[in-house]
Amino acid sequence: MTVVQFTLLATVLFSLGLYGVLTRKNAVLVLASVELMLAAVNVNLVVFDVYLQDALHAGQIFSLFIIAIAAAEVGVGIAIVLLIYRNRQSADVDQLRSMRG
Amino acid sequence: MMSTLFTFATQIHLAAEEGGHSDGAEELSGFIDSGPIVEWAWLIFVVPLVAAFLIVLFGKKSPFKGWLMAWLSMGFVMVYGTVLLILNWTQGVVYYNQITVGEIGDLVIEWGVAVDGLSIMMYFLVGVVGFLVFTYAKGYMKGDVRYTWFFASFSLFAGGMLVLVASPNLIQLIVGWEMVGVSSYLLIGHYWEDYANVDAANKAFMVNKIADAGLFLGAIIMAVSVQSFRFNDVIDVVVRGEAGMLSQYAFWAGLLLFIGAMGKSAQFPLHVWLPDAMAGPTPVSALMHAATMVTAGVYLLGRLFPFYFSDMFAGDVRNIIIVVGGLTLFLMGFLAITQKDIKKVLAYSTVSQLGYMVAAMGAGAYTAGLFHLFTHAFFKSLLFLGAGSVIHAVHSNSVDDMGGLRKYMPKTYWTFIIGTLALIGIFPFAGFFSKDEILASMKYAGGNGQDVANFILVLGIAGAFVTAFYMTRMVALTFFGEYKGHGEPHESPAIMTWPLIGLAVFATTAGWLNIPGMFTPFTDWVATRVPLVGLGDHHPEGFDIPLILIVTPLVLVGVGIGWWLYGKDRDTQAERDSFRIPVLWPLWQNLYYIDDFYMAAIVRPTKGAIANAVLWFDLNVIDAVVNGVGAASQVLARVTRWTDEDVVDSIYNGAGALTEASGSVLRRNFSGRVQQYAAFSFLGVVAIAVLFIVL
Repeated sequence: MTVVQFTLLATVLFSLGLYGVLTRKNAVLVLASVELMLAAVNVNLVVFDVYLQDALHAGQIFSLFIIAIAAAEVGVGIAIVLLIYRNRQSADVDQLRSMRG
Repeated sequence: MMSTLFTFATQIHLAAEEGGHSDGAEELSGFIDSGPIVEWAWLIFVVPLVAAFLIVLFGKKSPFKGWLMAWLSMGFVMVYGTVLLILNWTQGVVYYNQITVGEIGDLVIEWGVAVDGLSIMMYFLVGVVGFLVFTYAKGYMKGDVRYTWFFASFSLFAGGMLVLVASPNLIQLIVGWEMVGVSSYLLIGHYWEDYANVDAANKAFMVNKIADAGLFLGAIIMAVSVQSFRFNDVIDVVVRGEAGMLSQYAFWAGLLLFIGAMGKSAQFPLHVWLPDAMAGPTPVSALMHAATMVTAGVYLLGRLFPFYFSDMFAGDVRNIIIVVGGLTLFLMGFLAITQKDIKKVLAYSTVSQLGYMVAAMGAGAYTAGLFHLFTHAFFKSLLFLGAGSVIHAVHSNSVDDMGGLRKYMPKTYWTFIIGTLALIGIFPFAGFFSKDEILASMKYAGGNGQDVANFILVLGIAGAFVTAFYMTRMVALTFFGEYKGHGEPHESPAIMTWPLIGLAVFATTAGWLNIPGMFTPFTDWVATRVPLVGLGDHHPEGFDIPLILIVTPLVLVGVGIGWWLYGKDRDTQAERDSFRIPVLWPLWQNLYYIDDFYMAAIVRPTKGAIANAVLWFDLNVIDAVVNGVGAASQVLARVTRWTDEDVVDSIYNGAGALTEASGSVLRRNFSGRVQQYAAFSFLGVVAIAVLFIVL
């Protein structure tokens, strides 16, 4: 098991997440894709933590922080999406264009 | 005689320098020369000046519209002056303190305070007369339009006079001299709505300025010769008898300084301003043109007395002084006879009495001259305030509108009588002692080699007769006979009669301070207690009985003739003047044509030329400057406008346009699609990453 395989896994996960963020129409799925990207980052942090044998295990601690913050972010994000859905009967991001310049 | 006096003076001087123990030095060493009372004496002239500025700033909102502040400051001067006088009477005070304020080459300019017999006498005089006149002025000026301003300038005047008499050097004296001149200008022109009063103020100012030129030049010659402005340094040189630059130029310095004194003390032929100065309110006349300001010249002669007394220095000027004083006292008395304006009678009387003082100085009678200054200040301000009280009652200055007032205004009448008796010199009122001492001193000087003094003595005796005549005339026309004015005259309020009574007390008793041979505290104050200044002064050992036997009957004859001519009530002025002396009367009535001569010879030729020159200057220089400044500011305004509109505005507009243009280009990228934004930001991150890797 080399570090390359894990970084490849992280890359794949990140790419899938990015694809999902850029292409999904449903806001819930966009949020889920964001979670994928965060997971990829976590994988990367843990891998390099172990690889570099950090005495303080900063990478693992950072990943724990990211997990906690991601949970809170999803909570807020889902709440916003729910409110948008209630107001507009839709959660399609393509129709949310009121920010057009 | 003189040489022994100067030897004595030199001994005192040297002993004081070495701290030795000669008789003179012991006398000096007993004097107060330190301690808080004398060291804080500078407050005497600072307090009225501060009061003047405070009245200008806050007068209208302060109690009694500024009068209270002025009155309290004069009360302070009176109390401080009295304390110093008591100290001087009991122990003697000699204290000089000066601080340096600047330098011209080797000449040091100083500001300070002199506390010695001469200046203490003046502090007391200005304080007491000033306090009473300020009290009186509250009643007299009631309802005046510029009430507050009046008291501000009046305080400024009192402060200026105190600066003058407190001065231990020529520079400060000149400053005080000019402050007095300026405030007198303000006060004479107080009723400036009437153009004649403005003319009077201008006349007083101009005549004084002419004399001031003499004062300046004399001061410069003296200061350069002695290398110091201090009076004491001048006196030192004189007492030591040093032959040098001062003794070389002493005649001119003395003469020029005397010309300055002639202006302020209204001596012939520069007396013309004083009678016209009666245009001011009566309290002003009482304080400035009788009691204090006009005494400045006599005071200066007293300050520099040894300089004028010593034959080695300005001794020759003394003959000029005595002649000028003698002519003034003799000629000006007659003018009072013809005047109808009650204040002008007193004005010419004042000029005449100032002539006595100056003549006394010229005769070498230091104490006599200053003593007359002292007593005259009380009784002449009393007479002026009495005249003011009359004017207040009848609303006119002319004796044609008066008559019979003794029934209506008893307090004014009785105090006026006391003032008259003091002025004409009836025993035991103040004027008797001082005038007698002057005449005795002239007699003494005449007998001791100053021949001209004998002639002036005769003029002085004749002047006493004339004084008695014109004062009797005025009292008769004002207070006796039938009332000829309008309305019912009434006694003045208590605030005006109490100062009259106070001054009447002084007019009665002031003379007792110098009874020759018996009780002479005044001689001690101003002569022996001013180190070195009073030396050489002659003090009579007792009354000059033969002289009194000539003068007093002559005065009584003057009163008798006056009463005979004017005591009987007559209706018109023409009837009253029926005794007119053919040639002299028109001459007197026209004031010896001196004013007309000045008008024709000096004022008219120069007035037009000066006016034209000023007009030309105004039109061609000042207007050019003003127009130039206007044109320049117009050009500047154009430049500014161009800069503002074309440069600054275009910068702002350009910034706005740029923002708008860039905005309209960039806004197309903002579709509102969140995912597109996310894509852009990802591409941006990639681009940055690529940059990092490549670089």
